[in-house]
Parts: sequence; structure tokens; C-alpha cells
Amino acid sequence: MADDNVKMWEELGIDLEPHGTLMNTLGPMFQEMYQEQENRPNGMGFYDMVVGDIHGIRVKELREHAKDGGKVVATYCVFVPEEIVWAAGGIPVGLCAGTQFSIPIAESVLPRNTCALIKSSFGFKLGRVCPYVQTSHLIVGETTCDGKKKMFEILNQHQPVYVMEVPHKKNGSSRQLWLYEVRAFKDVIENLTGKKITASGLSEATDTVNDRRLALQRLYNLRKASPVPISGKDALLVTQVAFYDDVKRNTQMVNTLCDELDERIKAGEGVAPANAKRILISGSPMAIPNWKLHHIIESSGAVVVCEESCTGTRFFSDLVERNGDDLEEQMSNIADRYMNIHCACFTPNEERLDDIVRLAKEYRADGVIHYNLQFCHTYATEAIQVEKRLEDEGIPLLRIETDYSDEDTGQIKNRVEAFLEMIKP
Amino acid sequence: MIYAGLDVGSRTIKLVTFDSAVRHEEVIATGVSPLPRCRELLADKEFTRLVVTGYGRHLVAPALGGDIISEIKAFATGARYLFPECHSVIDIGGQDSKVILLSEKGEVRKFEMNDRCAAGTGRFLEIMAGTLETSLTDIGSLALNASRIININSLCTVFAESEVISLIAKGEEPSAIALALHEAIATRIQTMILRVGIKEETVFAGGGSYNRCLVELLEKKLKANLNVPESPQTVGALGAALLAGSDKAGG
Repeated sequence: MADDNVKMWEELGIDLEPHGTLMNTLGPMFQEMYQEQENRPNGMGFYDMVVGDIHGIRVKELREHAKDGGKVVATYCVFVPEEIVWAAGGIPVGLCAGTQFSIPIAESVLPRNTCALIKSSFGFKLGRVCPYVQTSHLIVGETTCDGKKKMFEILNQHQPVYVMEVPHKKNGSSRQLWLYEVRAFKDVIENLTGKKITASGLSEATDTVNDRRLALQRLYNLRKASPVPISGKDALLVTQVAFYDDVKRNTQMVNTLCDELDERIKAGEGVAPANAKRILISGSPMAIPNWKLHHIIESSGAVVVCEESCTGTRFFSDLVERNGDDLEEQMSNIADRYMNIHCACFTPNEERLDDIVRLAKEYRADGVIHYNLQFCHTYATEAIQVEKRLEDEGIPLLRIETDYSDEDTGQIKNRVEAFLEMIKP
Repeated sequence: MIYAGLDVGSRTIKLVTFDSAVRHEEVIATGVSPLPRCRELLADKEFTRLVVTGYGRHLVAPALGGDIISEIKAFATGARYLFPECHSVIDIGGQDSKVILLSEKGEVRKFEMNDRCAAGTGRFLEIMAGTLETSLTDIGSLALNASRIININSLCTVFAESEVISLIAKGEEPSAIALALHEAIATRIQTMILRVGIKEETVFAGGGSYNRCLVELLEKKLKANLNVPESPQTVGALGAALLAGSDKAGG
């Protein structure tokens, strides 16, 4: 199987030597951060397998799909309406952009003082170390931040990129703009796949993606239990994998895991003692394999119970409404669902503050850790409002700004431990 | 009963032993092998319980059978013991600086720490002292002799050093450069103070508080007096020793 993979990577134009280094660092890191956790649910076995062969089995499936003329559409953001891709017989894959590994090569082109996520994603393409990018026929970007917006122009010189314009206000004209953007995206996807999207095809795709959203909602709801039946790290991994796994298989795997967690809760079984401090993470996304902050928190004796993030609740918290089979009405419902993601790219964005307070209460969090990637100006500046609102609500907050490197692990651990000492369970 | 507190910092290791009062205190360099140094330091000391804080805590505590607390809590505890009216703590250490706000009961309410680099820390001054051909001990009095005020914009140790070198090349007086460096640190600390919102009385601890120029600049910015402990470097170790004698550590 390993030889098969190498052959496949070669065919995809992967730069094998650095790619080998990447694969060799990921293994021990996953071993240390994940497999040494105690009392993990059996359902995580699937995810261990997925990470163990992260650039193998799924890439193979995508290539099989492409061999038969199918298209693969790569995305970086939860604003891209994946139902439309599925409805046209394409496969959307959320690209990873969560490792320091691809950053030095990216910095040979991009400014150094740009967020790690932008650099990492660009570096994967420039360095030819990501088989998912290599397999994809179109990359879909969006305008959630200025750094990404400009990076996509440069990325487009290497591989076709289509950019959706995400509006930055939540008023009527913005909503109208977004609806046009969603319609234009449908045209782009239809042209790419050569398939016309039908009302029934879109209904089916919407139901399929909604099912996965429901499964992830179920998983997160189970994390409200005390003791918590699954670690934050494991739950984060489940969400991260959902971005690129097959949607139906993923729904089934998440539900199987949830069945097991139901049993754990009934038996009062948890991964941490009932008095472990419960942390809500809020802020920038954590793309696979970025497990840094969760690992620091959970190896300091606390447990992460929820992520208010694009690799968390923002990915699945609302369903696309299903109140009719008319194509235009469905498109409008899709636009509404995505427009309701409370990303910091919007101004004002009070709804996100409401979400954080609500989630902190629902998940019985003892404190909130606000996470922002260095140079992510929208989240860093919005954090000031988060801080004020949480202070009004009497919810303790720690702000962490970092990137993907390990150099500040000691400092972060210091702050996290002090924060955990400070907050009362 | 005797309790021991060990603060394994980035530049120095501090030990305090305590029964009803401080029995013994000691400061040594951390070096490259902090664990053997800690062993030596504790070899002839008697104590019933050890609590370890500082950057080396996770290395040292398991090997020496100690419990762990964060520096934030250690400094808060030590400062409150020395100054019972204390509500805020400023600490400028070797590789980090912090500002802590305490509750009425002396618990940590809020804190800020400098970012990942050495900007605004003792190490920053130490490197700059080298560039100015003086020492960490003397750079404060050099700055106090400045006859004019200039600005240094960079707080990054690497960039500030280039800025200092270009000022030297322009013929700027070393004392004015030294003062500008102190001002840069004090401004950085003030930003942290504004974020945390400190309350009187304030204790200024850590090796940085030996520096008279920093004390003066911070007092001017705060428009208040700062309490500098007699032994400012060992406040964290004292806090750790005090916590070793209570049940509030290691939980």
C-alpha cells in the first residue's frame, strides 16, 4: 500500500522528499498528542486510521472519481456552499492549512507578517506537498480576509482559483449580493462539471450535508455532559476530518461514535474527572494538523468542551432550511444559511458575542480561551469586544495569540496553567 | 515544618525556605542543566514539602518530588505576603514580564504577560547593556545621567540593537541611548498595566526592579509609588514556599 501511495504521489507531481519529511513528522506528533490519551472512545479508531493514511486512501478515492470524469473542488472556508458541488456530481474537499511545515517555502513569496493559515495553504501548493490540492480541478477562495484575497491572486498563477465575494455587512443589500454570488458559484460549478444542477439533485445534496451537520451537532451536544465523554482534541479531529471525508461515510462514522458516547454518558464514564475545568475555545480556525492549543490545555488537566470556530460550531450549527423543492427557493435558503455564519469578517458582528456567551453557558464552561492566529486582524480586534462582553457576563477569558510554530509553547503553557488556577470550577 | 519554594527561571534559579519566616534564600544562574543545579541547591536543605514554579517547573518538579504552580500565582502570593495591602504586581524577569491584578482576598483576578520574545524583559536590557559597553547592573545609573531625551522605536531585541548601533554611529551620548531603552520598556509595561487595570498598592518584583531608572520611569507613568521588596528576585520562590505550606498548590 505504501508503494502504491508513492506511485500515486509521483503521478500527482508531489515533491517526494519534503513530502516524506512531512509524513515522518506527522506520525510521531499524532502518536504523542493523540494515541497517548487515556480512555479514548473506540470510535476514534476510524480517525486514527484516517490520519495514519492521511495522504493515501482519501486521495485515491478522489482520483478514482476524477478518472471517471468527476471533478474535485478544493475550498478553504466554511462559506463555500458545498451542497452545490455535491449536487453537480463534484466532490468538495476542505484543504488543510494547519502546519508550520509549508510556511518557510510560502515565505519565499508571501510577506512574513501574514497569518499562518494563509502561508501554510499557499506553501502546500508552492512546495507541491499536498496531494489534495494536486488532485483538485478548481480551488474556491473567498473574501473573508484581505490577506487571503490577495494570496488567491498569486495562487491563481499556479492553479485555477475562483473567488466568491463574502459581504462584510449583514444588511439587505449584502444579503442580495451574497445570493448573486451563490448563483454565480452554481454556474461556475455547472460549467466545471458539465452537469446542470436540478431541483431534486440539490434537495438530495442539501439533505445529505444537513445530515452531517446534524451528526456533528449531536456530537457537540454530547460534550455538554459531565464528565465529558470525549476529549476536545478528539472532537476537534472529528470536525477537521469532516472537511474532506466523504459526506455520507462521515455522517455514519460520527453517528457511530455518538452511539458509543451515549453509552458512556449513561455509565457516567468520561475522559477527564468530573471536576476537570471545562474550556470553551473561541476564535480563528484550527486546520488539521493544528492541535497545539488543545494539547496544551488538555495536558494541563483541563478539558476543551466546545469550539466556537470555523473548525467547530460555525461549520455546522445551522441547517439549510428545507421548505420546498423549487430550485430558486432552495438557492435562496442556501444563501441564507451561509450568510448566518458569524465570522469576524462582518461588521458589526454582535451575534458572535451572543454565541460565545450562549455556548459558554450551554457547555457549562468554566472559562473561555480566545484563540487568534497572529496577523489575523479581524479576530484579534474583535477579541477586545469579546473580552468586554465576557467581563460583563462574569465569564473568565484568556486571550492567546499564536501561530503554528512550537517556539512559544512554554509561554502559552505558562498562561494556560495560570488561567486554570485562576478560574473556579 | 519547613517549606521550600523553587523558582526555576530562564536566567536564574531562586530558592526560598520558610517556616514562620524566611529561613534561607539563594539565587544562582540557571545555565544549561537546571535539574542538577536544583539538586545541588536543595542537597543540604531540610524541608517537608517542595513547590516548584518558573519555566523549568515541569522538568524539575517530577524529578525532585515537588508540586507545580504557575509563576503568576507564585508572584501574587509572595507579593501579598510581603505587602498585605498589595493589589497589583509588576514583574520584570529574565525572559518575561508580567502584570497581575489581585482580588481583595489576594487571588489572581487578571494578568497579562509579554509576547513570545524578549522585548520588555531583563534579557533585553542585558543585551543592550553589552552593546553600550556597560553591564546590567550599571545601565540604570547610566540612563539616569542622560542630559537629553531621545526615542528608540523598536522593542524587538534584534531591531533595537541595530537602532542602538546606528545611534552610536551618529555620535549620540550613551546615557541618552540607555534612557531611551528604559523608556521603551516602561512604555511596554504601561500598555500591559492599562490592559489589566492595576490598583494600589503595587509591588514591583523580579530582577528588573533592581534598576532605579525603571522604577522611576514606571512611578512617573503610574503617578504612584511602587513597593520594591528587599529581595525582589525571590518573590516567586517565596510564593511557592508559602503555597507549599498551604493546601492551595498542586491541585
